[in-house]
Order: sequence, then C-alpha cells, then structure tokens
Amino acid sequence: MATRVENQKAWWLVLPVVLLVAFNAVIPLMAVVNYSVQETFGNNEFFFEGVRWFKQVMQSTRFRESLQRQLMFTAIVLAIELPLGVAIALAMPRKGIGVSICLVLMAMPLLIPYNVVGAMWNIFALPDIGLMGWGLNRLGLDFNYTRQPVSAWVTLVAMDVWHWTSLVVLLTYAGLSAIPDAFYQAARIDGASKWAIFRFIQLPKLKHVLLIAVLLRFMDSFMIYTEAVVLTGGGPGNATTVLSIDLVKIALGQFDLGPAASMSLIYFLIILLLSWLFYTVMTRHDEA
Amino acid sequence: MAAIHLEQLRHSYRARPRDDVAADWALRGLDLRWTDGGAYALLGPSGCGKTTLLNLISGLLRPTRGRVLFDARDVTGLEPGERNIAQVFQFPVVYDTMSVFDNLAFPLRNRGIAAAEVDRRVREIAAMLDLDRTLAQRAAGLTADGKQKISLGRGLVRADVAAILFDEPLTVIDPHLKWRLRSKLKELHQRVGLTMVYVTHDQTEALTFADQVVVMLDGQVVQAGTPVELFERPRHTFVGHFIGSPGMNVLPCQVDAAGVARVDGHAVPVASASPSGARDRKTELGVRPEFVRFADSGLPVQVERVSDVGRFRIVDARLGAHLVKALIAEGQDVPAGGGHLRFDQARTQLYADGWIVD
Repeated sequence: MATRVENQKAWWLVLPVVLLVAFNAVIPLMAVVNYSVQETFGNNEFFFEGVRWFKQVMQSTRFRESLQRQLMFTAIVLAIELPLGVAIALAMPRKGIGVSICLVLMAMPLLIPYNVVGAMWNIFALPDIGLMGWGLNRLGLDFNYTRQPVSAWVTLVAMDVWHWTSLVVLLTYAGLSAIPDAFYQAARIDGASKWAIFRFIQLPKLKHVLLIAVLLRFMDSFMIYTEAVVLTGGGPGNATTVLSIDLVKIALGQFDLGPAASMSLIYFLIILLLSWLFYTVMTRHDEA
Repeated sequence: MAAIHLEQLRHSYRARPRDDVAADWALRGLDLRWTDGGAYALLGPSGCGKTTLLNLISGLLRPTRGRVLFDARDVTGLEPGERNIAQVFQFPVVYDTMSVFDNLAFPLRNRGIAAAEVDRRVREIAAMLDLDRTLAQRAAGLTADGKQKISLGRGLVRADVAAILFDEPLTVIDPHLKWRLRSKLKELHQRVGLTMVYVTHDQTEALTFADQVVVMLDGQVVQAGTPVELFERPRHTFVGHFIGSPGMNVLPCQVDAAGVARVDGHAVPVASASPSGARDRKTELGVRPEFVRFADSGLPVQVERVSDVGRFRIVDARLGAHLVKALIAEGQDVPAGGGHLRFDQARTQLYADGWIVD
C-alpha cells in the first residue's frame, strides 16, 4: 500500500509573508488589545481592568466631539473631492501632448511628503507673510487660522482638497479611458445630450473606480494626522482635533495607554464598519 | 427619408495626407448616388474602407475632401444628431443602467417625442425583435444576442430618419437567429421604405439584403450594381473572385494581333467587342464556374478532383498550368481523366489590368 507523500516545501515560500504580516499587523494589533484591557503604572506592571477603558472612552464627551469633528471633516472633504475630481477628469484632454502635461501636474501633489504638505500650507496660510492668508486679509476678510476655528477649518479642508483631489482625478481618468468609442458614437447617433452621456454612459462605467476612490478617500481622510498636526496641531483650542490627533494626545501626551488602546480599537472598528457599509451599498445592484 | 449623394469623397486618418500618396488615404475618392428608400450593401474585405464610408455618411467622421448630400442638402458639416440618421454598430452598445424599454425609448426621448408615441413605437419594435417579454429587465443582464437586438431596435425605433446604417450588425448573433433577423430587416425595409445601408464582408448577407451592392477594395469602389450584374458581369476580377462560391475563374491569357484571346495557346471566344485594344496590358480571362461545361471538343483538360456539394458537383480541371473550376449539375456526366471544356462566350469576359474590356 502506497502512502501519499505530501510535498511540504511550499510552506517555506509562504513564510516571509507570514512573518511580515505577523510583525506588521497581527502582533501590534494584539499588543493594542492587550493594553486596552489593562492598567499600567510603568515598571512593566499590569493590572487587568476588563472593559473599563472601553466604557470610559464611549462615555466621554471628548471622544464624541473628536469623532464628530472627524466625521464632519471626512464628509466635507469627500463632498468636495469626488465631484471636483470627476469634473476635472472629464475636462482633461483625451489625446495629444496635453494628456501627459495634465497627468504630470495632477500627480505632483500626490508625490509630496505629508509633513511637507502641512508645512507648505502652514506658511501659505499665514496672515502676515503667507500668500493665501495675506491675500484673504487684503480682500477684507478677517482670516487667521491660528486664532479662528473657521479659518483653521477652511485651511485644513483646502489643503486636503489640494493634496488628494488628484487621486480621484487619476482614477476617474483611467476609468474614462477604458470606455470604448462605440458608446460615444452610439450616443451621438441617439442624440444624447452631454448630461445624458455622463449620466447613462460615463457614470455607470465609472462606478467601480469611483467605489475605489470613495473607499480610499474615506479611509485616508478618516485617518488624517501628519498634515493636520503640522498645519494646526489640532487648534485653535480643540477646533481641529480630529480622532487621530486626539488619540496621539492621549497616548503620548498624557501617557494613558489603556484608554488610548481601547480608543484605537474603537477607531479601527468604525473605519471597518463604514468601509463595509459603503462597499455593500454601492455593489448592491451588481448581481442583478 | 432621403436620397444620399456622395460627391468626390476622400478621407484620410492622417493629419496632413499627401494627395499623390495612395497609402495616406482610407477612402480614395468615390462618387455614389443612392435613391430614397433603397436598400444598399457595402461589401468588401476587412480594411477596405466600408466602415469609414459609413461613418462619413452618418457624420461620426468629417470627410477630408468632398461632400455628403441628403436630398441635395449639403450635410457635410453637420453632426449625426442634426443629420437625423440611425446607425447600428458591429458590437452591441447598450445603456447598462436602463431597462430594455428605456434603451429603446432613449433616441425618441432625446428628441422630445410624446410619451404615448414613445410607448407605441417601442412596443412595436420590441415585438418585431422578440424583445417584448424582456422590456422591464435591466439591459445589462441580457446575452450578447439580446444586447445586439437592443442596438438594432434603437436604430429602427425612429420612424422619420433619413437613413439607417448597419455596420456588420449580425456578427455577434447566433447563426439561426441571423437568418431570422436578416429577413426581418428586409421585411421592415419593404414595409417602411427607409433608405438602408448595410456594411458586411459576407456576400450572402449583402446579396440577400440589398437592391444594389457596392463592392469596395482598398478605399475605392470597384463596382456598384444589382446582385445579378455583379454575378453576370463583374467589372473587376476582384468582384469575380469575391462574389460567388466558388468565385470566378481568372486565367492569364494573351491577345494576338487578330484580337483572339488565347489561354495556354488555345483560342477562347470572349464577350468583349474589341479585345485587341488590351493587347499590351496584363490580360486575363474571367469565366464563372457556372458557365463552364464539358463538351466533345474545346479546351483539353485533365479532371483532377470532383467535389459533390449536393445539387451540383465542383470539378477542378487542369488546363496546362492553370486550374479551371466548373459547376456541373446533378445527372450530367463528368469524364474521368481527360476531356474538353467549353466556356459560354457571352459570359466570358476579358480583363486588362484587372478591369473589364468592353
């Protein structure tokens, strides 16, 4: 009777990625879970606290306010970047030298390091020497992002729109390029208006790239940290303290590791839940 | 409905085509006059300029040179919408998010036609194309056949178009449906009397659909005529080859001083009145297999192969260096080995440099 000899060598090939995922994601996440249910006073002494930190975070007004600011920021940014990105992609040339010029210009903001973006806008928006801040004040507007919450929000949103609309543009442009010419020809024969072409040809064919764009922009904007910290540091007061900034303040400012860990987990679950919701809603009709 | 007149039409896809370089041009100058309500087919091999010509008529392309006239009105500069024309493409184009009904209604609604009239037209066309049971479905869920029927339907749904243009519309359709749809189109043409132009590389499709067939080669029209004319008197050896199954026999020949055409040294009487005019050019003799028969005397040949295809047999006979095909009806004898062939003189044409010698 022959026993079947399985070749197990393939596991060695999987090992690198297993290690990578373990050290990169699983182990840190488990460490966070570990912290979230314990109290520590240093000296590597830990005391089990159960769900106390979760309760504390969920009941705190501070967390609720940060979450509200975060949701508002993400909503505003998505509401501007998606339509604007699609509009720019539609207006871009389809052939000739203009294509490369536009694509390079569009890709540029995406290539700038996050902290540099923050620093650029920090200076750009300064009321005395920054072009934007100085200009707005010259126009008679009272603009000072270090003192007024509205100014700080305007600057923060403008910076994110400048930094990330390009991503939507590039995704949409790729989606538009994939639509066969015959669809446009048929639409011209059928006497379709520009709006009808957009509504019945381009938008349905862009659905999948737009879903990716929404997911990427949602997750990224929900986790915004570096640019916002460099620009406003969460201020004035707590006006622009979004979730990630608050989290760092708790974890590294106050060194409350337990509450910070439980907040991280809640933060993570919110992103997961909302992403899943977006995906489910937007792909609902696909099986039909 | 309109008569279509194409005047000195030339088209190039290059930015700066050179007038004297034939390779720069997709269409190398053509004049055609089509009457209102006719059924026309554009027939030719891939890349001969059929689709280019169709797009010039519909207005998807602007001609580099020349004019397009509908009923003597110059429409060269007009958009497809302004020309009021319908066109069906080779591959199905449907509006995915719309229902089948909305797809068919789309060209009508874009022109602001009243809802009741839209409903009536859509149901009529849907019934004709067997789409009536799927009207409420989303178009995206249909098979390729179904989608192409929607494309056809969108072309046919407008009653007032100047012409309907079909660009190989049955390529993706199942063979058994092809026959049905083809006869539907023909029937529809007879009923509504719209001008229809049908592009195809399939001779059966062209010959069954059209009153007049335009055969194209390398951006030029080689012959425009009724199916019978194309069959009986091909003006170019290409037409002889391309139309008919099997195609015309084309045999190199010499024309002597007396004006007698000789194939392999054997004199062959031809229909042309003045063969001697073609003497110093490349001369060929064309005769369809249908007009070749065995006789007691004539061209001496060796029978090489006989293929029985049902109602007749195709005989490959060797005449010197050449192979001659003959269609022999059932019940007629085919000699084994050697024999003699005779060509029907009235159907034997002389060609010089490819073109017929009258």
